[in-house]
Amino acid sequence: MSQTKRLQSGGRIDRSKPLTFTFNGQSLQGYEGDTLASALLANGISLVSRSFKLHRPRGIMGAGAECPNSLVQVGRGAGTIPNLRATQTELYQGLEANSVNCWPSVKFDVNAVTGLFSPLLPAGFYYKTFKWPKSWWDKVYEPRIRKAAGFGKAPTEPDPDRYDKKNRHCDVLIVGAGPAGLAAALEAGRRGARVILCDEQNEFGGSLLANRQYLDGKPGIEWAKTAVAELESLEEVTLLARTTAFGHYHHGFVSLLERVTDHMGLTSPDGRPRQRQWRVRANQVVLATGAIERPLVFCNNDRPGIMPASAVSTYINRYGVRPGQRAVVFTNNDSAYQTALDLNDHGIDVAAIVDVRPESDSVLVDRARKEEIPIYGGYAVVDTRGGQHVSGVKVMRLNGRGDGVYGEIHHLDCDLVASSGGWNPVIHLHSHPGGTMRYDESIASFVPDQAVGNTYNAGACNGNFALGGCITEGLSAGATAAAGVGFGSEDIEGEAPATGKQQESPLRPMWRVPSRKAIPRAPKQFIDVQNDQTSADVYLAVREGYRSIEHIKRYTAMGFGTDQGKLGNINGAGIAAEALGEDIAKVGTTTFRPAYTPVTMGAFAGRELGPERFHAVRKTPMHKWHVDHGALFENVGDWKRPWYYPKPGESMREALDRESYQTRHAVGVLDASTLGKIDVRGPDAAEFLNRVYTSGWKTMEVGKARYGIMLSEDGMIMDDGVSARIAEDHYHMTTTTGGAARVLGHLEEYLQTEWPELQVYLTSTTDQWAAISLAGPHARDVVAKVVSGVDLSGGAFPFMTWRDCEAAGVPARLFRISFSGELGFEINVQANYGQYVWDAVWEAGQEYGITPYGTETMHILRAEKGFIIAGQDTDGSVNPMDFGMHGLLSKKKDYIGRRSLSRPDAMREDREQFVGLVTLEDPKEIIPEGAQLVEEPNANEAPKPVPLHGYVTSSYYSSTLGHSIALAMVKRGRERMDDVLYSPQADGRVIQCRITSPVFYDPKGERQNV
Amino acid sequence: MRKYSIFSLARNALSHHENWWQAWRSPEPKKRYDAVIIGGGGHGLSTAYYLAKEHGMTNIAVIEKGWLGGGNTGRNTTIIRSNYLWTASAGIYEKGLKLWEGITQEVNFNMMLSQRGVLNLGHNLQDMRTIERRVNANRLNGVDGVVLNAQQVKEMVPIINTSETNTRFPVLGSSYQPRGGIARHDALAWGMARACDDLGIDVIQQCEVTGIRREDGQVTGVDTTKGFIETNKVGAVTAGNSGVIADMAGIRLPVQSRPLQALVSEPIKPVIDTVVMSGAVHVYISQSDKGELVIGAGVDKYNGYGQKGSISVIEEQLAALVELYPIVSRLRLLRHWAGCVDVCPDASPLLTKTPVDGLYFNCGWGTGGWKATLGSGWCFAHTIANDEPHPLNEAFSMKRFETGAVIDEHGAAGVAH
Amino acid sequence: MLHIKCPWCGWRDESEFGYGGEAHIERPKDPDSVSDAEWADYLFFGSNRRGDFRERWVHSAGCRRWFNAVRDTTTYEFKAFYRMGEEPPGGEQ
Repeated sequence: MSQTKRLQSGGRIDRSKPLTFTFNGQSLQGYEGDTLASALLANGISLVSRSFKLHRPRGIMGAGAECPNSLVQVGRGAGTIPNLRATQTELYQGLEANSVNCWPSVKFDVNAVTGLFSPLLPAGFYYKTFKWPKSWWDKVYEPRIRKAAGFGKAPTEPDPDRYDKKNRHCDVLIVGAGPAGLAAALEAGRRGARVILCDEQNEFGGSLLANRQYLDGKPGIEWAKTAVAELESLEEVTLLARTTAFGHYHHGFVSLLERVTDHMGLTSPDGRPRQRQWRVRANQVVLATGAIERPLVFCNNDRPGIMPASAVSTYINRYGVRPGQRAVVFTNNDSAYQTALDLNDHGIDVAAIVDVRPESDSVLVDRARKEEIPIYGGYAVVDTRGGQHVSGVKVMRLNGRGDGVYGEIHHLDCDLVASSGGWNPVIHLHSHPGGTMRYDESIASFVPDQAVGNTYNAGACNGNFALGGCITEGLSAGATAAAGVGFGSEDIEGEAPATGKQQESPLRPMWRVPSRKAIPRAPKQFIDVQNDQTSADVYLAVREGYRSIEHIKRYTAMGFGTDQGKLGNINGAGIAAEALGEDIAKVGTTTFRPAYTPVTMGAFAGRELGPERFHAVRKTPMHKWHVDHGALFENVGDWKRPWYYPKPGESMREALDRESYQTRHAVGVLDASTLGKIDVRGPDAAEFLNRVYTSGWKTMEVGKARYGIMLSEDGMIMDDGVSARIAEDHYHMTTTTGGAARVLGHLEEYLQTEWPELQVYLTSTTDQWAAISLAGPHARDVVAKVVSGVDLSGGAFPFMTWRDCEAAGVPARLFRISFSGELGFEINVQANYGQYVWDAVWEAGQEYGITPYGTETMHILRAEKGFIIAGQDTDGSVNPMDFGMHGLLSKKKDYIGRRSLSRPDAMREDREQFVGLVTLEDPKEIIPEGAQLVEEPNANEAPKPVPLHGYVTSSYYSSTLGHSIALAMVKRGRERMDDVLYSPQADGRVIQCRITSPVFYDPKGERQNV
Repeated sequence: MRKYSIFSLARNALSHHENWWQAWRSPEPKKRYDAVIIGGGGHGLSTAYYLAKEHGMTNIAVIEKGWLGGGNTGRNTTIIRSNYLWTASAGIYEKGLKLWEGITQEVNFNMMLSQRGVLNLGHNLQDMRTIERRVNANRLNGVDGVVLNAQQVKEMVPIINTSETNTRFPVLGSSYQPRGGIARHDALAWGMARACDDLGIDVIQQCEVTGIRREDGQVTGVDTTKGFIETNKVGAVTAGNSGVIADMAGIRLPVQSRPLQALVSEPIKPVIDTVVMSGAVHVYISQSDKGELVIGAGVDKYNGYGQKGSISVIEEQLAALVELYPIVSRLRLLRHWAGCVDVCPDASPLLTKTPVDGLYFNCGWGTGGWKATLGSGWCFAHTIANDEPHPLNEAFSMKRFETGAVIDEHGAAGVAH
Repeated sequence: MLHIKCPWCGWRDESEFGYGGEAHIERPKDPDSVSDAEWADYLFFGSNRRGDFRERWVHSAGCRRWFNAVRDTTTYEFKAFYRMGEEPPGGEQ
């Protein structure tokens, strides 16, 4: 029979919309508006999972975010989600849920045998054992521990859903749409403030959804509905249901997670994002996050069927579920009397209200008396009975101090225990940014003290549990927040609805209910039921010297569960205080850290995933041409650069040999657009370059270009490039591809912070210019066919100069520079003409056998010439002298980094220096880049450490030379020409190599100067 | 020391664990100590331990302003490795790793060192050159390591995305240090505190240093919230607060204090059996014995003592995580937090004498301190006992910033950690 | 995610900014006249102050201007923003 535990009427479920779902393979029914937990309870299922350590039976305990127990695996396949809390999982048609952490089934779990060994498994047992024999830790103990790890299972396929992010500014963010939050929203919204009101539930109303309190003579939920209707009509108010504010960060930044389609199916049924992360920057933050009822801690308080009283009321009132047939209510305060009345009014037998207070006097207590519910004043539940469900409790009389029980044991049969130890304000979001808290004796819990920034707490989260007070505080917080952004004064304008009489008697704080036996001989009293953490564990920790609340938490794993201790932590602090003999106010709590409830990781990534969006992709104007011509690409910084262009059937080596042969013997073309370009202008531009480059720049005439190196202030090479003088007050600077942004930042920093007197303006023009680099004996012939307006002859247009011209009819700058050692030109045109001019060059080059070449051939050609690549041959720890660049270091002026070059380490004689290497045994063998160099011939076998003498920075096969070449940094390298070094490889080989000059080809530079 | 073992556990089970002894005393400070270590984290406690064990100094105190292991020891992602590029770094981190390998038995406290191996991924050709360079240097320095290609990475870490086309920065390969792994962070603090206590060292919590007294350039004692303590040797091991302690002694340090964040997922059944780090996309991951994915990234960009960082850093590292390990998308972040680390300009630590005689500093470990704790303590103890650095930490002096002999582990290490 | 007020562009998210460390550290006018120790002090040794800290930011994803701020490094609360060249509020630190 279906839904045997459903009440005949009532609740906020839609009985006209039945939904079918499965739990552990069993097909069941619930209604729209149910959570998985309420639907399970309606079907009489309370055992849903097993605890982490001891595999004890665990039932549905709470009714929301606080439930430590009801973890299930939902769905299967790519969409499966582990560890969902049934109490927060809205039911949908076809939902499929399974128990976790049990085998073969939740009812019969083999690992429950662990319970027999529990005396051997007190808090921290693993620190004391698994140490012998040593080798067993890796081989036996840890693998077994790991096998037991975790609750649910991760999907094995990529996520079929997508996620969204939304950035929003608002005047007032209000978290929580219970009575206080709604009141705050009304107050601020009516004044015209831009308000965002969010709530984790599917419906607004908060506590009003689950209780039977009256406002203005009507059920409270009617007031809430009216309030929501009014808020919906306000243009500047945004209402976000199913949206959890999970983290409160700096300066009013609050992160929210909206579950857009989770209530509709395992994966998004309609193409919308499954979840959306709202990144809200709020001027004012009102927290109306409510309170969580804490259960009482008594022996065997973990059996399914034992719940916080408010959860029991929620299941009855909100979901129309009968959570038991015969209940015992156990409390230290008035609020649980309402639960007793809820039970009683719905025909559920209340066997007793066990109240640790000998006497109490309030409206609710009076009503319970009138209903003739038996009340055991001054009594306590000392133990429970039951297997997979609670079947009864033992009740005894409490002594005056509340630390012992005596007298006759009363056995009460029941299948439901509703307990209340008081209420804990939800101060998580108040605490995240650094808000402080204080202990409030009147509610025996922690309340907000000093808030950070424009943050206000209202209602139950502020320790004010009475409905009328919540609403008044909400209105007040709304007024203050609105006033803070200039909407009216801090005086409340709205009117609070009338509430009923709410006289209460004080609670009797009780962190741990005494039992007949003293700790630790008493049956287990659970504080954190997910982790099987007990009061005896806390006492043990304290006994062993773990006295800080943080130590106690960590030693006993208290609050380490997926609920982060929402039910247990304050009880834990109280019990720790008791064990320590200190005041709980002094013991304090552990730190509240985000996330308030767990957040899907995909929602942080949003759409910023995959080859195009994970990180910006930069492509040159000629990118498509390279793709069409078969280029393979290399990631360089953010850029995609053609690496090489293999023809069908060609190996990488064959392609490189061809590209480099054609370039050395005919002409090659390279897309150089990715090089960083910075436009430097202003009357002091020459002086500026003089300060940032190591060499002198003032004397260089307009029309000329020069190679320069830049150092960081510590004297290390930062970047290099060629800069050209465009006009007296205007330079075109180039940087490495990867270094462009860094260099611009570096230059701006010095310009603005050190030398504000210089009149210089910097503009990044990397993306504005397309650069086509031609190299090879026929480069001039090709350029001549494309370019007009410039005399290309060697005499008129020598090496390291530039000219304005037209290329294929569009304005261009032509540079005569070379990074290959060949006759070279670089045509720069406005980027959107890039492909057009490239095509013209390509066309013009056909008769000369033009070939495109990529970064790899570029590397080979420059390595043959001994040109460095900053970032490959340099690593941030080398200075210009290491590269023999003494000639580039001006002695006539200061420049960034110069002072550091005279420090002792920069002058050290045994520094590594830049050299070339050739291999001895097999001249064609390529030494791997990154290979280390040593003097010891048998370094692989020699005792370690073996002194290192250098390493290979670049290494290639040079088809031009017919042998391999390498560039390396070697200690005192320049004095060691022709010395032999050894490069031991991981596979046991040792490559012998000889030190040479780093310039392997055309050392006099004749080819580029023709 | 009264031993912990399965037998002591069983014995105590019979008496309901009522008779367990204190792991360490909570003494009041004495008037005078031969040395005072400021900071009761992993580094400070190990320093004290090795001072007593290796150098016979037992009249010493470790003073901690909060609770033991409450700084970065209790906040890190527990990764242990020694595959650093430079010889000086390899030396001290490898010393640390060797000590890790024996510490559980040595101090009779299970540190749960799990040598499941550490991979440092390469995502572009330059990354791979750097990895080759580092692994080759490691081997010659006696540190284990190999270079893996993308396919080998995939075999070792099945959940990783090694597609060449369906990701922005493909995995080209990685370095792999088999002896790397993780260990239990709290266990180090507690195990070493217990070992210190057993050697007669006073471990004093809730005691904050408020001043460092000097006479003629020589330390004479420390003022604390529990009174003045006389001593001629003070070792400061207060990551995150080193600048504050230095201020008290009138010296400046080349360190900046920055937030460093980390996070865990909900516990799930094991999906990753090793530690994988990526410097290029800034995320690293391992899975704890409880089942949580433990995830970290680089430091926040600004100075901050608040043990809080910016959520944008978490967002970026989770995006990187999902990009690299697509199956984690539907898993959930449980908790994120931050520590406060001292960062040196060259990303290498300071284990150094100072201009004040008898005052020594151990700081600047940046994101990498946890793995070094024992090696750091061992070297620092030597430095304090002999008033001279050990050859293993000679290079990590303050003087290096003056001479220029820095040990730049930034880019060269391939990862920021 | 800090909220930072660029003196030219107004309030923006931290992600638009770069950080420049301690402010008001002047590069020696004549580097040759300082000792190695003084040079090291300029380059590497900062105050790393706990509490109100004068620091530099650059609006790198906006106007690219550098500016100064005073921020409490324990709470991260900004106390002031001011342009390069302007006197820091609060006088000597």
